Amino acid sequence: MISFYHVTKRYPQGFDALKNVTFEIPRGDMIFLTGHSGAGKSTLLRLIAVIERSTHGKIMIDGEDVNKISRGRIPYFRRKIGFVFQSPRLLMDQSVFDNVALPLVIAGYSRRDITRRVRAALDKVSLLRKESAYPITLSGGEQQRVGIARSVVSKPTILVADEPTGNLDPKLSREIMLLFRQFNQFGVTVLIATHDITLIRQMRSRVLTLQNGSLVFSNTTDFSSTVDNGQ
Amino acid sequence: MRNNFHSNAVVHSKKHSFRTAANRRVDRRTATHGELIRITQWLGSGAGRYLLVILAGIEAFTRPLFAPLKRILRKWAAWHLQVIFSSIGKLAETPLTTLMTASVIGIALALPAGLYVLLENAQEISHGWEDTAQISLFLKIDKTDDDARAIARTLRKHPVLERVDVITRSQALAEYQQLSGFQTLFNALDVENPLPSVLVLYPAPAYTNLIAVQQIVEELKKRDDVEIAQFDLQWLKRLYTMMELIQRVILGLAVLLALGVLLIIGNTIRLGIQNRREEIEITKLFGATNAFIRRPFLYTGLWYGLLGGVIAWFLVSVFFGLLHGPLNRLAALYYTDFPPIFPGIDTLFILLCAGGVLGLVGSWVAVGWQLGAIEPS
Repeated sequence: MISFYHVTKRYPQGFDALKNVTFEIPRGDMIFLTGHSGAGKSTLLRLIAVIERSTHGKIMIDGEDVNKISRGRIPYFRRKIGFVFQSPRLLMDQSVFDNVALPLVIAGYSRRDITRRVRAALDKVSLLRKESAYPITLSGGEQQRVGIARSVVSKPTILVADEPTGNLDPKLSREIMLLFRQFNQFGVTVLIATHDITLIRQMRSRVLTLQNGSLVFSNTTDFSSTVDNGQ
Repeated sequence: MRNNFHSNAVVHSKKHSFRTAANRRVDRRTATHGELIRITQWLGSGAGRYLLVILAGIEAFTRPLFAPLKRILRKWAAWHLQVIFSSIGKLAETPLTTLMTASVIGIALALPAGLYVLLENAQEISHGWEDTAQISLFLKIDKTDDDARAIARTLRKHPVLERVDVITRSQALAEYQQLSGFQTLFNALDVENPLPSVLVLYPAPAYTNLIAVQQIVEELKKRDDVEIAQFDLQWLKRLYTMMELIQRVILGLAVLLALGVLLIIGNTIRLGIQNRREEIEITKLFGATNAFIRRPFLYTGLWYGLLGGVIAWFLVSVFFGLLHGPLNRLAALYYTDFPPIFPGIDTLFILLCAGGVLGLVGSWVAVGWQLGAIEPS
């Protein structure tokens, strides 16, 4: 689903954020991306979202060569991907319902479809009763769940999360992760960037570890078997 | 079905034939009714049926082609309606700010619009003065009064001239003596009458166009019995030239102020974009096209422009309403009356168009400028 072949990203200042990175994430997989800050996690996610383009190498996402996507097609390409951010980045002047509806409004769904899908997505994150509330009245965990509902409401094939539990306590973090696992079980390919090692251990998923822009597989001991099976 | 049509048609045509010529004229509707019958008859016939089959075939064939188009159009309309309502709602949320911005635009539009209305009225009034256009034709001194009358007779046949008055030499002298007060002097000197005969020509109203009149004057000057042909409306011509100049000045002013409106709207939209930067970034990440992001801003610009146009019209109306009283008193001193100046619906239309176009262009430029720079992070 997501394949990187010898991808290098060099910034104009001459700094290499990613160096010759090669990996492949099969369809329906759930992968954690770890590494210390500045290791290149964000850069990698930005390349997937086509916010930036790689300097060298080839990136294939859902059968499309990302470097060959024209500017005009980028919006349509991005509709295949759902994004979750560290801070939920909700629109504070709009209700929970309108926040979640945003990707559907962008894609031009009918009012009836929007209502149905938004309710379903809110139900999945158990926030249906808060649909007319404003984000400011919600707790941090609830806000993050709204953000997740927003990212899955348009049924993307890929879900990309950047430090989704960065601001949450361990219990809430675990809840969020279980949510991602649920979506993964529906067939969504999930890529989560995090440095919460204990959480990764609990989730027992494949791990990609970046170090100074290079990929190092750090699936030691308990994870090696899962990596081999490609689960 | 076909039989039914047919029998109906027979009954109708029988009825039709019973009518006398006299009452056929009374009731014209039956004629079209008769035509309808003929069409249904024709449709029932072989050729008509073939055509129906072909039309139905075309319909069935094109339906799958047009149905998606219809759906797309409906979706497009729904999008725009949604944006229209939400953009108006956003503006209505902050009525004072909206009104202030629109007022600035309104004032900028009102200035050239007011001047334009004033000029238009001045032009209209001065067109009335053209009716007083007259040509004085001074004949050569050796022409007698009889010659003058003869020339007047031929000139009266000229289609351009409505009336030709003759002032004979003796009449001219009498008038001069009376006006100048040199009566006794003339008598004492006993000189020959030095004044020529004068013909006063009044152009027909249809020819009061200054250029046309000027042409007649040139024509008359060429006659060898004419000494001088004088057109008395030189000052009007000067006034016209001056008005043309003023028109240019107003145009220049309008262009400058339009540029100002463009900047005001552009800047307002730019601030709006900056305030919603985060929102734009997120919508971009969730796959919003530039057109999607641009749309609400374009509508906002359009509303500002239209609202500004309405305000401008209102300001101009109030201004001329206030002017009307003193203007009329002034006119009364000149023993005339002044028609009330009121910017008409056409002015409103022009203002709305100008406001709308400026609003759209201003916001378009601002959004185009900003949108490229905002990329999600």
